[in-house]
Amino acid sequence: MRKPWIVALAALAPLYAQNIVIQNATIMTVTKGTVQGSVVIKDGKIAEVGEKVMMPLNATTIDAGGQYVIPGIIDCHSHIAVDGNVNEGSVSVSSMVNIKDVINPEDISIYRALAGGVTTANILHGSANPIGGQTIVLKMRWGKDAEGMIFEGALPGIKFALGENPKRPGNPQGGRGGTQTVPARYPATRMGVEDTIREVLNQAKAYKAEWDDYAAKVARGEHPRPPRKDLKLEPLKEVLEGKRYVHAHCYREDEILMLLRVADDYGFKIRTLQHVLEGYKVAQEIAASGAGASTFSDWWAYKIEAFDAIPYNAALMQKKGIVVSLNSDDEELMRHLNTEAAKAMKYGGLSETDALAMVTINPARQLGIDSRVGSIEAGKDADLVIYDKYPLSDYAKVQKVLIDGRVYFDRDNDVSGRPAKTLEKQKLIDKEKQSQPKPTGGRRPVG
Amino acid sequence: MKLLGILIGCALAAGAASNNTVLIRGADVYPVTSEPVKGMSILVLDGKIAEIGAKITAPKGVRVVDGKGLRVYPGMIDSGTQLGLSEIPSIRDTVDTGELGEFMPQLRALASVNPDSEHFAVARIAGITAVMTLPAGSGGGGGGRFGGARQFISGQAALIHTFGWTWEDMAVSGPAAMYVQFPSLGATGGRGGPMPDFIAELAGGTGAQTFTEMMRTYQQEVTKLVDFFDEARRYQKAKAANLPGFVRDLKYEAMLPALDGKLPLAIAAATPRLIHDAIQFADKQNVKIVIMQPRELGSAAAELKAKNIPVILGRVLALPRGQDDPYDQAFTLPAEANKAGVKFAFGTFDNEFVRNLPYQAATAVAFGLPQDEALKAITINPAQIWGAGDRLGSIEKDKFADLMVTTGDPLEIQTQVKHVFIRGQEIELSSKQTRLYDKYLNRQ
Repeated sequence: MRKPWIVALAALAPLYAQNIVIQNATIMTVTKGTVQGSVVIKDGKIAEVGEKVMMPLNATTIDAGGQYVIPGIIDCHSHIAVDGNVNEGSVSVSSMVNIKDVINPEDISIYRALAGGVTTANILHGSANPIGGQTIVLKMRWGKDAEGMIFEGALPGIKFALGENPKRPGNPQGGRGGTQTVPARYPATRMGVEDTIREVLNQAKAYKAEWDDYAAKVARGEHPRPPRKDLKLEPLKEVLEGKRYVHAHCYREDEILMLLRVADDYGFKIRTLQHVLEGYKVAQEIAASGAGASTFSDWWAYKIEAFDAIPYNAALMQKKGIVVSLNSDDEELMRHLNTEAAKAMKYGGLSETDALAMVTINPARQLGIDSRVGSIEAGKDADLVIYDKYPLSDYAKVQKVLIDGRVYFDRDNDVSGRPAKTLEKQKLIDKEKQSQPKPTGGRRPVG
Repeated sequence: MKLLGILIGCALAAGAASNNTVLIRGADVYPVTSEPVKGMSILVLDGKIAEIGAKITAPKGVRVVDGKGLRVYPGMIDSGTQLGLSEIPSIRDTVDTGELGEFMPQLRALASVNPDSEHFAVARIAGITAVMTLPAGSGGGGGGRFGGARQFISGQAALIHTFGWTWEDMAVSGPAAMYVQFPSLGATGGRGGPMPDFIAELAGGTGAQTFTEMMRTYQQEVTKLVDFFDEARRYQKAKAANLPGFVRDLKYEAMLPALDGKLPLAIAAATPRLIHDAIQFADKQNVKIVIMQPRELGSAAAELKAKNIPVILGRVLALPRGQDDPYDQAFTLPAEANKAGVKFAFGTFDNEFVRNLPYQAATAVAFGLPQDEALKAITINPAQIWGAGDRLGSIEKDKFADLMVTTGDPLEIQTQVKHVFIRGQEIELSSKQTRLYDKYLNRQ
């Protein structure tokens, strides 16, 4: 009975623990310059990068002659793979809900993102509330279940949101010309947004004190009754303890500064300012706070708080010392973040490496996963993208994408598999058509 | 004496060199309609291209732009925008597309163009020198995102320069097309496009309607459109017959150039079935049409080619229509159109992304479209499709001097635009965005 076991193992072999060598490539490592040569992958990790490398035994080779390899792209702001609505908008503070609970691993956007070179994404709750739901970092391991998508060990986050979106439910017009069908919800102004955040942080601080007191008593050998667990305040307690990142949706300079000062008052750090379209106006304040900034390359004018957005935002913030990433917030834009990075070279004159960093190592730093991903270095996860041409150009196409050393996207296979898929689809349509009752003009004969 | 000499000199210079007269010297010229030539000069007189040659002596006092190491291309043309009509889409007060009413051919986009819209400067400093500005947004109709009833005819689209003191000054051609939204099956057309036919058929409808009901509604709507054209024809005859009691009607009057085949109908139709029906409609009505924003060509490609009907392709950087469609469906559509021999141009259909027009074209190149065809689709093709092929779209003698001078291939993101000329006038390369950048770069 050994045979089936061997067969099973043989079937698994190409998926796991495979040694791969990508050869003859231009390797843009982001952190260690550009190298002409090979990347060696062992057990899902990058083992060696160089002009000449040690070929491991039983390695599969990928000839990337004339092609380019960059680290897997990291999108610091996405809403793909979420089952249903990304907003729990009925309350001003929805910190009790968690995106982790509603991951849909079959969302086709995951595959499409992969096909655009994205290997990791920060999946966020929506921006309907001053304090929104909990967030999760995923790897685009298409084909795995929800659990298998989660980036192991990445610190989870929570969404904050400022400006037009969180105040919209309080606006009798409903905002965006829409119609208001639910009762107005506090807040309706930026003033109210600040207050909402302060009120709940105030509660979280008191809640944390209760637990600290409890822990101190336990440490002294006492036997106190534990405080009641509060699911809304628990993630905010973690924020105050530095165990959960705050990703804050914001646009205007006033609200950006407001949030930085609120965080100062409550003794925690904003991990990333998201969108942060007017970040360039308060760049020195952001830099001083240590917050990262994750922005769009060139979106503007879609609403009034985006009217002062400039495509130079990313470059300007970077020049003033902020760690900047470029994100998509959009399942389509997500598929070409490489060219969004190129726009940081056009607008503001960043170097190729600084631009590429904005979609690789910088978002990795912002998400606290830079020891694992974001650059091509020995010891890091083998999350790699192979392009046919220079990747900071619209002329480039993604050829292959690897995550943990496994090929998750292969353009050749995708294209060559299409006729079979079309055939299968047609068969299903035909079958379905036959199983449908024939439309009849009149009443069906009885009996 | 010295001061007087300077003053006279200035006066002479100013007299000789009106602000739309210039010599671009020693650049690599990419005329689009012919092969690129290195080390050429272009003389622009009174807003028009007067001469192209290796050695042109500058007329006295003419401003000379050194083109050494730079390239000159015709300015780019975006065939689908709402420039000047919409400033901030989420704020109704700033939006003038999508009027109420089902049949509104009398509406003129041109006269509602705000020449000082911030969008113009952002677009023109990126090298976009002319655009089609449409009276309706993509899909929906009748108010676009702000709701409203189904709209069939949205009004007259205008071809305009992206620079000018007034809309009159900006106009290339007032009505360049009549914007028609062909009825669609079940759902609204436009960027999202209607539900694929086979799904609607299988599902027995979209949920709200059965498929049979959907087909009936669709056919009723097509009939409604045909009826309106028939009425317009009767009006045309009545007018020609000069019958007593003839009353001038602004709606039908506006239809006459379209009925005469002088004004093309820009017809939004997303799927092969709708394109096919739109072509049949045009055949019966004997009108000229341009298909706007198809999401799929399929079997309609051969028909378009056979009947010489041009197409305006919408955003290349778009999602596939269905869950199981190839991930690169929208990326490969331009190559598919080209292969089938269909004439096409690109439109961005979103003011925010007009400046990204060349990058949309570049993506099509990555997925199989020849680079020169991509360039034509944002220069000469749109000029010809919109009836301005004799004035715009290439670097040829007597055409408008709508030019961009670049550091390289304009389809590459990293290429910088160094000079832009619109009708020979050099455009200041500043916008709200560059001004904010300069201001905050130097913040204390």
